[in-house]
Amino acid sequence: MMGLSHNALWVLASMLMLGTAAGLAGCFAYWKRQSLMSDALAHAALPGVVIGFAILGFKSLPVMLLGAAASALLGAWAVTAIRAHSRVKEDTAMGIILSVFFGLGIMLLTMVNRMPGGGQSGLDGFIFGQAAAMVRQDMRTMTAVAAVVLLVVLISFKEWKLYLFDPAFARGIGLSGRLMEAAYLTLLVVIIVIGIQAVGVILMAALLIIPAVSARYWTNAFGTMLALSALFGGGAGVAGTYVSTLGDGWPTGPFIVIAAAGFFLLSLVFGTRKGLFVKAMQRRAQMRRLKPQAVRRDPLAEGEALP
Amino acid sequence: MEPVLQVRGLHAAYRRTKVLDHVTFDVMPGTLTAIIGPNGAGKSTLLKTMLDLHPRLGGEVRFFGTAYRNAKLKVGYVPQRGSVDWDFPTDALDVVLMGLYGRIGWFRRPGRRHRELALEALDKMGMADFAKRQISELSGGQQQRVFLARALVQDADLYLLDEPLAGVDAATERAIMEMLRTLRAAGKTVMVVHHDLQTVEDDFDHVLMLNRTVIAHGPTTEIFTQDTIARTYGGWLRRKERVTG
Repeated sequence: MMGLSHNALWVLASMLMLGTAAGLAGCFAYWKRQSLMSDALAHAALPGVVIGFAILGFKSLPVMLLGAAASALLGAWAVTAIRAHSRVKEDTAMGIILSVFFGLGIMLLTMVNRMPGGGQSGLDGFIFGQAAAMVRQDMRTMTAVAAVVLLVVLISFKEWKLYLFDPAFARGIGLSGRLMEAAYLTLLVVIIVIGIQAVGVILMAALLIIPAVSARYWTNAFGTMLALSALFGGGAGVAGTYVSTLGDGWPTGPFIVIAAAGFFLLSLVFGTRKGLFVKAMQRRAQMRRLKPQAVRRDPLAEGEALP
Repeated sequence: MEPVLQVRGLHAAYRRTKVLDHVTFDVMPGTLTAIIGPNGAGKSTLLKTMLDLHPRLGGEVRFFGTAYRNAKLKVGYVPQRGSVDWDFPTDALDVVLMGLYGRIGWFRRPGRRHRELALEALDKMGMADFAKRQISELSGGQQQRVFLARALVQDADLYLLDEPLAGVDAATERAIMEMLRTLRAAGKTVMVVHHDLQTVEDDFDHVLMLNRTVIAHGPTTEIFTQDTIARTYGGWLRRKERVTG
């Protein structure tokens, strides 16, 4: 990375922070069995971004991110409301919200792009992500927010573990379920909102989901799972962004997803906990232990062709 | 003597089906009570509603003369084993430590003293050798004992256990009943959602017979009779007959 410009280094550093924070929050979503929730939230953020731009008429990141947070939270609320007041199950509700909000976002985006000056809005970058389009102030915001997320997780590690493993018991000993639920949702929304400019609404969820699943293949301790997921998330963020900056106008999101998928494949095959390679080795060792007995029992069977 | 638990006119429902209908009873300290009743009688819902884990439609519950939120640390709740995901990446000792989180204080790390207490509780349940074992690798009975060890370290005054003896091996059942008797001997109060009518008379000094409402409640020797059993389970049996035949 010797030849990288000062600006490129800034981009990579902030993507490292974003990936790390996303890896951590992704573990929470994983154990809440809500991986799809992060996808719904990310897609639901798009209308807010576009409306934020349309109201001002020019690109102001804070306003657009505020809009993103508002519409993502509206999406989350809609999922909860649909589940509570109809016979629709949660995953179906998420599927509905995800596609409806995204469709609405694209519709609004098309309209805004037709407005005078709208074509230069850079809003398209929010769909697949454009890390290179970030200005220094965006990166500072992203890094600071990710650092706060990291700090929150470090300080309340034990509380998260308890809440994710046994929420009923957690409430029984005085840990407010409502507070933890709100903190969890805030964490997810904040990471999605600061990440969508660089990673895009479509693929943002991958940065939350894939590192956590990959980490699960290496450990049986929650703390280690968090650390590994953060590492994979940060690694995917940096690697994907680096590759995307090699070409002109290459979107960042897809490269990050491919990098994360690389970590996942490695974990799936070589992971020490139920990785495919380890499982195959164990099976072979077991076969070897059994084989001599089989031979002793029936020496004539050796060399015979299988039916 | 003041009752440790007072329940007055408790109502609860799942969607539009009423599960608890005007449930009223008192529990005195130092008693070991079995909560029995047919499936769907509202046994688990009763515990959850008392603990504010399920919405209450009406009625009042007092723990040690006050609302549950003021008495949380005096009440130890053991949920059904199936209520959590045992694939969660942690070991037995860590789960037991969770019982101490309230005492350790939020945002603080458990210390060596806490670890010793947790290990002691595991030992009492005959699980000391499994302290560092992944919870997913434990048998159902062992998982149940880990849950009870977690309740033990809480050092509560009133224990509410939801089906702790469901589907466990004989060794676990003995360990659990031994623990419950030890707790009672130490002056604690225990309520257990139970399903085995055979053992009620031997193992529990009180019984709460529930079928949406309290059918009978009191000392086992006095109220656990053919008549009350028939009244508790009778309606359910008749309903079942209607469905199947």
